[in-house]
Amino acid sequence: MNRFVWPLIAVMALLVFLIMGLRHGDPRALPSPFIGKPAPQFELPTLKNPEVTIGTNTMAGDYALVNVWATWCVMCRAEHPFLLELAARKAIPIYGINWRDSRLEAIRWLDDLGDPYLASAYDEDGRVGIDWGVYGAPETFLVDPEGIVVYKHLGPLDAVIWQREFVSRMSGGGQAQ
Amino acid sequence: MKRLFAVIATMMLVSTAFAIDEGIRFDDPEMQARYEKLISEVRCLQCQNQSIKDSNVSLAADLRREIARMIDEGQTDAEIAEFLVVRYGEFALYSPRKTGKTLILWMVPFLLVLFGGYALMRVIKHRMSLPIGDDTEQEG
Repeated sequence: MNRFVWPLIAVMALLVFLIMGLRHGDPRALPSPFIGKPAPQFELPTLKNPEVTIGTNTMAGDYALVNVWATWCVMCRAEHPFLLELAARKAIPIYGINWRDSRLEAIRWLDDLGDPYLASAYDEDGRVGIDWGVYGAPETFLVDPEGIVVYKHLGPLDAVIWQREFVSRMSGGGQAQ
Repeated sequence: MKRLFAVIATMMLVSTAFAIDEGIRFDDPEMQARYEKLISEVRCLQCQNQSIKDSNVSLAADLRREIARMIDEGQTDAEIAEFLVVRYGEFALYSPRKTGKTLILWMVPFLLVLFGGYALMRVIKHRMSLPIGDDTEQEG
């Protein structure tokens, strides 16, 4: 009888680990190495006007969302109404990074669906996307007034995730509701 | 019938010959070898169980292009790995570097072998102390 105790404990421990692994949620959602670090610097032309550039410095001074989107990204369409809602109630400044997209189609998308962004950077070849560690749009970064990345969400944003993960991480400074 | 099999077999061979992208070629065979090795060791994060060598999604193509650029610029393999880890975390590398948090990943197999060896030794010692000629298992 005794000889089975240790193997049994070992198997149980292994099972607990495996079950914990399965319950971990979306296996695609990796911890972002940028949390707690300064947002990667960039400088890109805006989507709507190639003459004007936008960059990390543009968003300093307040909490801001950086939302990586593209017209080919189905889930971006799904989260779009919620971004519009956030913009409408001025919850937080939202900046877009239009990632590996066609400029014309992206502008048409914003004209058709509405534009929640103060401005969108146009990252045609995906270089800035790589610097931000983007691997699947939509991705939404929360950047604090000092330019530190506080949180990153992979996948479409909605009211529940906004309340739970974003609002709770904005201390005072943001005008969040 | 035999011919049909031959045709099918040939078709199967042909399909494996397609490359994901023919685009990136180095003149220097040594650089080409480094490039091939590096891209086979980087995980495609959009399609997690493929390397970026095997994947044709856009991000994998971007990363191949970046890695080729860095090799061209004379960066070392360690610098390129660092570039990827800073942006995507250790998970991006199929063989995580042997430092910090990933050290335990590397140590666990050896610890398990040691532990198993110790258990095996105990069993053998126990068996050897049993009287010879007693074939029926004596449960302890």
